[in-house]
Amino acid sequence: MYVAVKGGEQAIASAHRWLADRRRGDRDRAEIEVAQIGDQLRLAVDRVMSEASLYDPELAALAFKQASGDLTEAVFLLRAYRTTLPRLAVSEPLDTAGMRIERRISATYKDIPGGQILGPTYDYTHRLLDFLQLAGAEVPPAETRDDVTDAEPCPQILELLNDEGLVEQAIDDGSEPMDITRDPPDYPMERAARLQMLARGDEGYLLALGYSTQRGYGRNHPFAGEIRQGQVEVEIHVEEWDETICVGEIALSECQMINQFGGSREAAPQFTRGYGLAFGHNERKTMAMALVDRALRAEELGEPISGPAQQAEFVLAHADSVDASGFVSHLKLPHYVDFQSELDLLRRLRREHAARQAEVEGARDAASPKPEER
Amino acid sequence: MTRTSRGARQRLLALSSRHHIEAHWGALGRLPGHRCLRGPETGMAMLKGRIGATGNAFHLGEMTLTRASVALDDGTVGHGWVRGRDHRHAELIALADAVAQHAEWQEALETQVLAPLADELAERQRRDAATAAATRVDFFTLVRG
Repeated sequence: MYVAVKGGEQAIASAHRWLADRRRGDRDRAEIEVAQIGDQLRLAVDRVMSEASLYDPELAALAFKQASGDLTEAVFLLRAYRTTLPRLAVSEPLDTAGMRIERRISATYKDIPGGQILGPTYDYTHRLLDFLQLAGAEVPPAETRDDVTDAEPCPQILELLNDEGLVEQAIDDGSEPMDITRDPPDYPMERAARLQMLARGDEGYLLALGYSTQRGYGRNHPFAGEIRQGQVEVEIHVEEWDETICVGEIALSECQMINQFGGSREAAPQFTRGYGLAFGHNERKTMAMALVDRALRAEELGEPISGPAQQAEFVLAHADSVDASGFVSHLKLPHYVDFQSELDLLRRLRREHAARQAEVEGARDAASPKPEER
Repeated sequence: MTRTSRGARQRLLALSSRHHIEAHWGALGRLPGHRCLRGPETGMAMLKGRIGATGNAFHLGEMTLTRASVALDDGTVGHGWVRGRDHRHAELIALADAVAQHAEWQEALETQVLAPLADELAERQRRDAATAAATRVDFFTLVRG
């Protein structure tokens, strides 16, 4: 337990001033603009928005700058800002089938309506450092292909290619999802609430858990059925007009994972599914999220729970980086009184231990024959 | 003159940048005075997704949202909503909604503001699609052995 302390105001003020000075860096160089971060470090911005659970690229870029590039700190800043805003609306469910596609691939079906579109990907890059960037080389603009007059529609692959009923279907039963920002989590937790927690979960943590299922701790044989990224329009219902209207669009990443069969006496075996959805370009996050989502369905699908990624309470209670870094960081707060009592306790235990030792040694000396008597 | 529906106009103005709207706004000439009835105020919208894209809804996370309601001097009320925190953008959308209810400005709004914005939006979306199309691939599976 930590205690309140007084004092140190001047030291704290000086420390923060030094922090700001460090953040600004060499005054001979131009200061990084927030707009540059939003434009040129957008994957960091997307990660901050996703884990802060607030879509606002400009504020996420500001948080990233303010945190000197510390993503976890930036997530904390944006999450804290979120608490200052009132909720004005709840959107209609986002229609990812209507996404303006920037990237869309499938590892399970080669020929898909709408085609495989790589988008601005790091896949197939050679992972060699590009020293031209160090030299500030000019970058040519992106290529375009203008013979495509109308963008071909890109239907959801798993819905489209399911004539035989081989893949489990995701059907809306109209139920209202729980909202973990309003209702405290309660276990066992419904899948909708689990997805809300995973969507804001730390990418590194979800990546490790997803990886653990691949290595055998709750194996579920995944395939990337479809991955897509692009812009989706946001619609809300407004009372003023009693109408559903578009208020803008946001970038989203989505991953539909196909996994090994489930089935029962009643239902024929079929592929099961895991789902990942995140703000911005967050492909790795959505893949990890889909793996963990599927792993957490173990109980529902009658699978043995053998790996950490299948244990809902363990997985979900530790996924949020704001919670996790908060509790780890609190160890830095003054624990002087707490520690003092531990010291007192430890000294007493050591005194008692020493006394017991002396007693044992005394008894042994009395019992053992003296050398000269042998 | 085709008349853009209220919902379509709200969508077009929300998908256009404030900078683009302002570039055409001056063509409307002298507008009646207005006051803000509500806001502009920034808050959040909770966004829902669907499990597996087609299943039950779940809460994905929030986004910033700004809304404004204005009244022209003659009492005509207009509303506007836009993603983000740009108060002026929301106010312009609300103003357009109010102005669109007046025969006097309807045509100018359609031809001088909405039509060029619709062209710009279509061009931006066409360019995005053409850029994506340049990265479209055909995978060939090779016979092993």
